[in-house]
Amino acid sequence: MYLHPELETMPRSEINRLQMERLQQTLQRCMCIPFYKQRFAEIGLKPEDIHTLDDLQKIPFTTKQDLREHYPFGLSAVPLEKVVRLHSSSGTTGTPTVILHTQHDLDEWANAVARCLYMVGLRKGDIFQNSSGYGMFTGGLGFQYGAERLGMLTVPAAAGNTKRQIKFITDFGTTALHAIPSYAGRLYEVMEEMGIDPRRDTKLRTLIIGAEPHSDEQRRRIEDMLGVKAYNSFGMSEMCGPGVAFECPEQNGLHIWEDYYIVEIVNPDTLEPVPEGEIGELVLTTINREAMPLLRYRTRDLTRILPGDCPCGRHHKRLDRMKGRSDDMMILKGVNIFPIQIENILMQFKELGNEYLITLTNLEANDEMTVEVELNDFTDDYGFLQRLTKEITRQLKDEILITPRVKLVPKGSLPKQEGKAVRVKDLRKTLI
Amino acid sequence: MTIHQLSVFVENKSGTLLQVLELLKDAGIQLIASTISDTVEYGIYRIICSEPMRAYDTLKQAGIAANLSDVFAIMLDNQPGCAADAIRSFSEAGIGISYLYSFLLSGKGILVFRTDDAEKTYQVILDKDLDYIEEKRLLEMA
Repeated sequence: MYLHPELETMPRSEINRLQMERLQQTLQRCMCIPFYKQRFAEIGLKPEDIHTLDDLQKIPFTTKQDLREHYPFGLSAVPLEKVVRLHSSSGTTGTPTVILHTQHDLDEWANAVARCLYMVGLRKGDIFQNSSGYGMFTGGLGFQYGAERLGMLTVPAAAGNTKRQIKFITDFGTTALHAIPSYAGRLYEVMEEMGIDPRRDTKLRTLIIGAEPHSDEQRRRIEDMLGVKAYNSFGMSEMCGPGVAFECPEQNGLHIWEDYYIVEIVNPDTLEPVPEGEIGELVLTTINREAMPLLRYRTRDLTRILPGDCPCGRHHKRLDRMKGRSDDMMILKGVNIFPIQIENILMQFKELGNEYLITLTNLEANDEMTVEVELNDFTDDYGFLQRLTKEITRQLKDEILITPRVKLVPKGSLPKQEGKAVRVKDLRKTLI
Repeated sequence: MTIHQLSVFVENKSGTLLQVLELLKDAGIQLIASTISDTVEYGIYRIICSEPMRAYDTLKQAGIAANLSDVFAIMLDNQPGCAADAIRSFSEAGIGISYLYSFLLSGKGILVFRTDDAEKTYQVILDKDLDYIEEKRLLEMA
């Protein structure tokens, strides 16, 4: 039932004690990083001043911007020769962010993912197919190592090529699959086209879904379609990747592994802690990482801590499913997209005005993006307008990896922006 | 040899066309012919009218995306086959018609069109001695 029973069933008082101990070690490591050393010095804070978990609030937040400013190795707490792995964000919105790992970090990451997979009933003997992107994206290697750590036969199928994925599922007798929720729907569609009944023709019984916000309703639909149990996964590259928080068989919130992370929920505007049960921004402190410890990292993800005990016997706090982002990042089909990326493309077309509006919708669990953009002027040339639409669509797709519906609108027809521009209308039903 | 055509970019939603027509009505501008072509997203509303310049200014001042362009207009006898004969001349010269609309005015057939090669079109009209219409003449007929 538990892969690491002593850690997973640890009572609250023990968790707190372990967290304090690991936090102290982490703070010592942070003093090897000029960035943190200076930050502490600026406010006259010493690691010794942190006696209780509440003292954590004396420490300033770390942001993505801090990671960018110290790209690539500026936040390393260890000499570079001790670093064995680097993961990086795509860097589409500016300088990429880099996360460094020692061998110890990779081992612990694999342990955390293995613990998650074990928790939902996966065992040696299971065949685990990972349809996540490999490479810099942490969903690939993170699940690979975790699944192997558990001793499962692991298929690094990687993203895409749906028919091949299905062939693997049927030929190899895949019992567990990791996929983003919208892709699970796609798999089912293609199975239907191929005349494959997932209940009858496959051994699939466990699905791991994550990387994009989805409703419980959507999860139930996926479960019904594929005849599986689907469990929520939460992670982010700054915190390693997958394995940060995971649903237990109760399917009611994701246990965040508090022997790895200290979790806080703060009001994204005031940055004050919010009472348990209220929605706010998730802030995480790594306490089991060597190469690149992060103190009070603002994840920008909005969620809340679910109150009460979990019948599964684990005392690690449970996060509610993610409600969206505190900044304006959009997550579509598992891909992170910033409005600024779209703006940058649109603004290169002299035919287009300054006003644009991005509308997100979801039909049948498929995220759709519509980009309305004002024409500066127009010539009475149909073909030209069509070519323009096509070219904008193509360039946007190259940039954000998703094909938006581009809609040219006459100048003056979009609402004029006053103050902070509202560029994104998220009409997806799964959010809040 | 060409006449002015007013083109308006209209969003595909109820009321946009009416707004344009109301503005022209208030400005006392007479429509001679008009046509609308559409995609799913937007349409181009093309208008031949009295005082196209003033019509253009009126729409622009109201913040409407409008455009003035030159189109050919030729007059034909109102008899079967006249349009075919006229268009054949362009076709034989390898000219493509981008769009075309036609209407009757004072018992004559009028073809309004744009081609993919204005220079060649001029030449064909002259060579074949087609009865092209100048703006002034069109307004007199209207």
